[in-house]
Amino acid sequence: MSDTDAFEPVQNASAPSPAVGHSDTVVIMPETRPEWSRRNFIKGVIASGVTVSGAIYFGPALTRPQSLSAQGVERLITLNINGQTRRVDVLPGETLAMTLRYKLGLTGTKLGCDRAECGACTVLISDVNHYSCTLLTHRVGNREVTTVEGLEGANGQLHPVQQAFIDELSPQCGFCTPGQVMSAVALLRSNPNPTRDEARIAMAGNLCRCGAYDHYLNGVMRAAEETSNA
Amino acid sequence: MMKDMIPGFELIQPSSVEGALNLLEEYREDGWALAGGMDSLGWFKNRGKRPAAVIDLEGLDALRGIDETSNGIEIGALTTLTEVERNPLIRERFSLLSEAASKVASPQIRNAGTLGGNLCQDTRCWYYRYGVSCYRAGGNTCYAGATEALNREHAIFGANRCVAVSPSDTAIALVALDAEMVVRNSSGERVIKADSFFMEPAVDIMRMTVLNPEDLLIKVRIPNTWNGADFYFEKASDRGSWDFSLVSVASAIKSTGDRIDDARIVCGAVQCIPRRLQEVETMIRGQIRNEDTAAQAGSMAVQGAEPLDYNHFKIPLMENLVKRAVRG
Ligand SMILES: Cc1cc2nc3c(=O)[nH]c(=O)nc-3n(C[C@H](O)[C@H](O)[C@H](O)COP(=O)(O)OP(=O)(O)OC[C@H]3O[C@@H](n4cnc5c(N)ncnc54)[C@H](O)[C@@H]3O)c2cc1C
Ligand code: SF4
Ligand code: FES
Ligand code: FES
Repeated sequence: MSDTDAFEPVQNASAPSPAVGHSDTVVIMPETRPEWSRRNFIKGVIASGVTVSGAIYFGPALTRPQSLSAQGVERLITLNINGQTRRVDVLPGETLAMTLRYKLGLTGTKLGCDRAECGACTVLISDVNHYSCTLLTHRVGNREVTTVEGLEGANGQLHPVQQAFIDELSPQCGFCTPGQVMSAVALLRSNPNPTRDEARIAMAGNLCRCGAYDHYLNGVMRAAEETSNA
Repeated sequence: MMKDMIPGFELIQPSSVEGALNLLEEYREDGWALAGGMDSLGWFKNRGKRPAAVIDLEGLDALRGIDETSNGIEIGALTTLTEVERNPLIRERFSLLSEAASKVASPQIRNAGTLGGNLCQDTRCWYYRYGVSCYRAGGNTCYAGATEALNREHAIFGANRCVAVSPSDTAIALVALDAEMVVRNSSGERVIKADSFFMEPAVDIMRMTVLNPEDLLIKVRIPNTWNGADFYFEKASDRGSWDFSLVSVASAIKSTGDRIDDARIVCGAVQCIPRRLQEVETMIRGQIRNEDTAAQAGSMAVQGAEPLDYNHFKIPLMENLVKRAVRG
């Protein structure tokens, strides 16, 4: 699928936006579909523990009201990413993860859950780690954004956290790694010599489906040691 | 992933509180105040809420920060949970709140999520979050209360058609600390006690707080009343990170020697609002703070609980948390 076709058309104050969703979106209406009795629906909703990520496109909120006046943000904005100034056309409802991956080609930032529940999308904003999937790009303004692509040194040498993760064999499949790297970098920037428990707490917003938590922690502690010895 | 694109809205970034209040007044039900976005963006992605205009509070620096006043402290509504957790003044006087903030979700969520947003967030009942038209969404049924519904996380007290619970960890700490909410709209300001800020479904089933669409929470005031008290906070949840409370407790107890002079005890995730245990507070006043008093407090706390099909476990859990809080 092409990445851009999922973006909704330019928002126009005078025209209602088209119906939501795509042709492959299944709309399930428990009240109206006979094979989906209300009882089965009640039993069938799967609790994810935190929130349900499945989107359902019905209910009272379907019709979007018209906006009353046009005073919204300019779409063409300037972002400061990995030390570079990037001009980019950003929709009002676009998340930073979308802008990074699909407008700027910075695909090192991963999307796992898209719901602030996994950490794969972690980036730094002014040195603080944030979930880029749950942040509107327009809110970033001129603050400094750092992604995993922005960590390597001038000669292409890896950041000490990246190197330590390799040395400690921290990643397993690697999908969560960019996010783990960013959280570790954020930690070491604010607390260069964390205890293992402090590091554990600081890394608690990054899930690892492979369960390599202790290996990542080893990596964080090694990076801390090596940077403070350097 | 692509299905989770947020549908169009107008994003407006006012640079003053007055500007934001005028916009909220102009758009009313069609507007949406955006603080850290940790609750809001999930709603937008699921199309559960589709505001015409999102009013971004990010630029309102006046709503950030922690100040000392003559009789306590004030915390701006946009102050992040990480700042609330780390601020030395809050740690020194009201560590109950620092601790509650430190137990919210995950580090990244606390870096973005604000105190105001944490207090104003909507309930996490997943039927409702899924987009069904239940009572809370304006419909005429409750999915979570129905036979065979998955209601492990839902209420054991105070249900009225809706059985959802208050999700906020900071709310119980602020009710225990007898905080006040400073609320403003374009026609004026009002101050609301934390224990009357949250909305019971019996009064208005579609709101979690007393705020109207045109209102902004400006700041939270914590009086020095409970400064120096003995605090206890405990949150029981499935995982130590991310997960919402299954039951939580926040208490402030003042004693002379072993004798309890005064107490405030509040439980989270057992009712649609933070549940203040006034009867228990009254009962333990004047008692010696020991195992016996704690046990009495625990069993009194759960009297009248009405569990649903899957949340009986909350009764002993709550009993034990209250017991620990009183035992200290
Ligand atoms: C995966 C996940 C896990 C979580 N776990 C927990 C948890 O364990 N404990 C917990 O307490 N919370 C938890 N949360 C909730 C999270 O802490 C809150 O969503 C967050 O604090 C909301 O703050 P925000 O600033 O991001 O609010 P937003 O999402 O921006 O706003 C939330 C709501 O409050 C309104 N609002 C915000 N600020 C104001 C204001 N100043 N005046 C009036 N209205 C306002 C908004 O209009 C919106 O309706 C979790 C969230 C996620 C996504
Ligand atoms: S508990 Fe409340 S929010 Fe959940 S389905 Fe019932 S009415 Fe809706
Ligand atoms: S993709 Fe952002 S937290 Fe999972
Ligand atoms: S290494 Fe596979 S998800 Fe973490």
